[in-house]
Amino acid sequence: MAKYELMINGEAAVIEAAADMPLLWALRDLQGLTGTKYGCGIGQCGACTVHVNGAPTRSCLLPLSAAAGASVTTIEGLADGGQLSAVQKVWIETDVAQCGYCQAGQIMSATALLNVNPSPSDEDIDQAMSGNYCRCGTYIRIREAVHAAAAYYNAGDKA
Amino acid sequence: MKHNDILTEIQSLGGQLSRRGFLKLSGAAGGGLLLAASFPSFGEESPTLVGSAELNAYVQVRGDGKIIIYSGSPEMGQGIKTSLPMIVAEEMGANWDDVEVVQAPEVNTELYGRQSTGGSYTLYLNWNLMREMGATARDMFIAAAAVALEVPRSELKAEGSQVTHVPTGQVRSFGELAALAHRQPVPKKETLVFKDREDYKILGQSISQVDSLEIVTGVGDFGIDTKVPNMLYGCYVKCPAVGGELISANIDDIKRAPGIVDAWSIKGNGNVRELMDGVGIVGTDTWSVFKAREILDVKWDETKASKDSWQAFVAFAEAQDQTGEKVVVDEGDVDAAFADPGHKVLSQLYEYPYVSHLCLEPMNCTADFRKDENGRDHLELWIPTQSGPRVQEMAKSRYGLDQDQVSIHMKRMGGSFGRRTSQEYVIEAVELSQRAGRPVKLTWNREDSVRYDFLREGGFTRLKGAIDDDGSVVAIEEHVIGVAPGGKPSRFTGPWASAFPFSTMKNIRASLTTRQMDTPVGPWRAPYSNTHAFASQSFFDELATLAGRDPIELMLELMGERRWITPDDVRALNTGRAIDVINTVAKKAQWGRPMPKGQGLGFAFYFCHAAHVAEIAEVSVDQNDRVTLHKVTAAVDVGPIINMSGAMSQVQGAIIDGYSTMAGQKITMENGRVQQTNLDQYPVLRIGQAPEIDVHFIQSDFDPTGLGEPALPPLAPAVANAIFAATGRRVRKMPISDVGFSV
Repeated sequence: MAKYELMINGEAAVIEAAADMPLLWALRDLQGLTGTKYGCGIGQCGACTVHVNGAPTRSCLLPLSAAAGASVTTIEGLADGGQLSAVQKVWIETDVAQCGYCQAGQIMSATALLNVNPSPSDEDIDQAMSGNYCRCGTYIRIREAVHAAAAYYNAGDKA
Repeated sequence: MKHNDILTEIQSLGGQLSRRGFLKLSGAAGGGLLLAASFPSFGEESPTLVGSAELNAYVQVRGDGKIIIYSGSPEMGQGIKTSLPMIVAEEMGANWDDVEVVQAPEVNTELYGRQSTGGSYTLYLNWNLMREMGATARDMFIAAAAVALEVPRSELKAEGSQVTHVPTGQVRSFGELAALAHRQPVPKKETLVFKDREDYKILGQSISQVDSLEIVTGVGDFGIDTKVPNMLYGCYVKCPAVGGELISANIDDIKRAPGIVDAWSIKGNGNVRELMDGVGIVGTDTWSVFKAREILDVKWDETKASKDSWQAFVAFAEAQDQTGEKVVVDEGDVDAAFADPGHKVLSQLYEYPYVSHLCLEPMNCTADFRKDENGRDHLELWIPTQSGPRVQEMAKSRYGLDQDQVSIHMKRMGGSFGRRTSQEYVIEAVELSQRAGRPVKLTWNREDSVRYDFLREGGFTRLKGAIDDDGSVVAIEEHVIGVAPGGKPSRFTGPWASAFPFSTMKNIRASLTTRQMDTPVGPWRAPYSNTHAFASQSFFDELATLAGRDPIELMLELMGERRWITPDDVRALNTGRAIDVINTVAKKAQWGRPMPKGQGLGFAFYFCHAAHVAEIAEVSVDQNDRVTLHKVTAAVDVGPIINMSGAMSQVQGAIIDGYSTMAGQKITMENGRVQQTNLDQYPVLRIGQAPEIDVHFIQSDFDPTGLGEPALPPLAPAVANAIFAATGRRVRKMPISDVGFSV
């Protein structure tokens, strides 16, 4: 057991856990941030996607020791001062979710995409979102929502 | 007004709600109107029901105008928590923005009805009850306004959460009227008048589901997110071949592993739906428990374990004749039709694999088995489940606990598709909590969730058909070669005598042969229909080719006159509705247009879950046999649409699910062991492979029915028929990756 310091959603956190504990379980079980989901544990479903230093990352594969010192944003950290992000807003307006389980990961990937590419094409979206599986098949709405969020983004709203 | 107070009031009613009717609840409404509806259990069961659902309803209108509707039905992404309250709000004349939907906090069938969902029947079973609830409230608001404004009731209308006196334009809001409304007599059901469809303000609109905000902010409370004080995290390790018995395990090593609090060898009762032998491990976090599993060394006695072999099942099926051991349907004279030398006859074997539910939320349950303040056993459970009442029954039969000794929190499900209807994952959690003396959250890892799934069974259907001189289909015979876990045929193997297209055929025979396959199976989105549609509607396309006919023209001929096969039976085919969806899909997809080389259109129709659905798939296949599904056009008649957004979601989702499944998903077993346990061995459809989907609802005047399942079955045959149109090669085996295609 060692202590790891990192920033989670803008706040300093100290986590005492095994070095190989994936960030996913540290967030869920030790930090109480259960918005980040466990799906496959092998980095193939994307339900556990968080931002590590701004980059979309599968938290189920990232050992805590490797996350030390990093700045981590989870789905709980997207809304800013009670204001939903543009992606969150359009996700509601587009009624994207069915069961909703994968959507935290989808939203984190979509947000990361828009941060680097504010006007993505369908192909850009398909590529950036290909690691996020949706069992309910909400892909068509996800595409719609990312385009709609891009419009918000380009109108000056934070993604 | 706290929800808890209202719920206490509801609970205090207890057995008063034993017959259908509406009751005003006193006091707790805090000056507002509080109505309760009750409805006796729906007695009919049909094999298409996974466990039909029924909701009792509670509506409260507070003095501040807030309208609270309690939802008892489990939510798994099918949208029922949004659609049922929409019906109440519509009839009441409410603004949707004033409505708050609250999940029933416990399982109590006396109060909340069956609290189960499945078979796509929840909406149908609740349509009238929800309308009655809303109309009752509306009537009482109008009565109250008549008193308040001293005008005749006939001059009043309720709309937009207020009552308006039409001649003068005076208004009173529902909030202002709530206390007075509560003092009005409850109208008799027979006197209620429902709104006309053309006056609907909410129904048929697109409403974002009521939990959207929680979902997008990560506070959506799925079962796996449960955390209660003093809770441990647990796992339960079973034999990789179902049914293996535990001989010994290195429990002491496990107990010494980091983060582990305790571990036990646990003896089961040999029932896969209850408790199999296993090793239970509990620790301080999920990761420690998963890590400890890696050093677990168990000796299993596999004498009684599954010896299932998919390869052996294939060989068994291929050796079968045209007619099986057990004849389920036998109408007309099939043999004479096949023997007629003037008829063209075709016989083919279709194959479909076992597939997993693959709910993205792994199986889990949190249990707290404790003593209450009087020293009695008490079991508190947090479960993502399709059926709370079944859990109660299990608590009684297995642990002898009465209803007042069990508290069940039905959690939102991260997908279910029929999976969360069994009890074994609940019992495993209870066993761990009982031994630990603390609450335990049991989490199956992904591999457990696939390996110990109650899979959609694989199987085979041998089809034979005859075409007469006129090119008409004159006889069909289907022989299902299916599975019998523990020797008992699975009810989802089929064939079902009521299934489409049996009722449309003069000469028809359907039979069944089963082989013992012990891998557990269970309902999977549109059970039986999802395999039967593939086999029967792909074969139908083959018969059209044999007859030299257009498959849509041939299907319309099969439908014949517009008629309801069994009048007023929602589960019976209505050929008029079928004809309408078929014509609509043909027109919208421009059926019959010339297609370039390597591209094709494929058509399929199916009827199940009271829904008439026709789909046309447009594919291209390149020289490397890579398939692109460009577009799926669907025409659907489930009556009036409640929530347009939710309905579209269900059709889009079912089509994508159907395509994902047929593209490459296959579970095989050898030596009793499931061989694919995670996404690296079991491919799933990604966003870039999702087709364009064009959905057309025919909003007929029949009562609305559910849409969670019925858009899935036609997808596989539509795509298979399109691949034939594009390549000239028939797809008689799923997934298509098994016959050389990729997506």
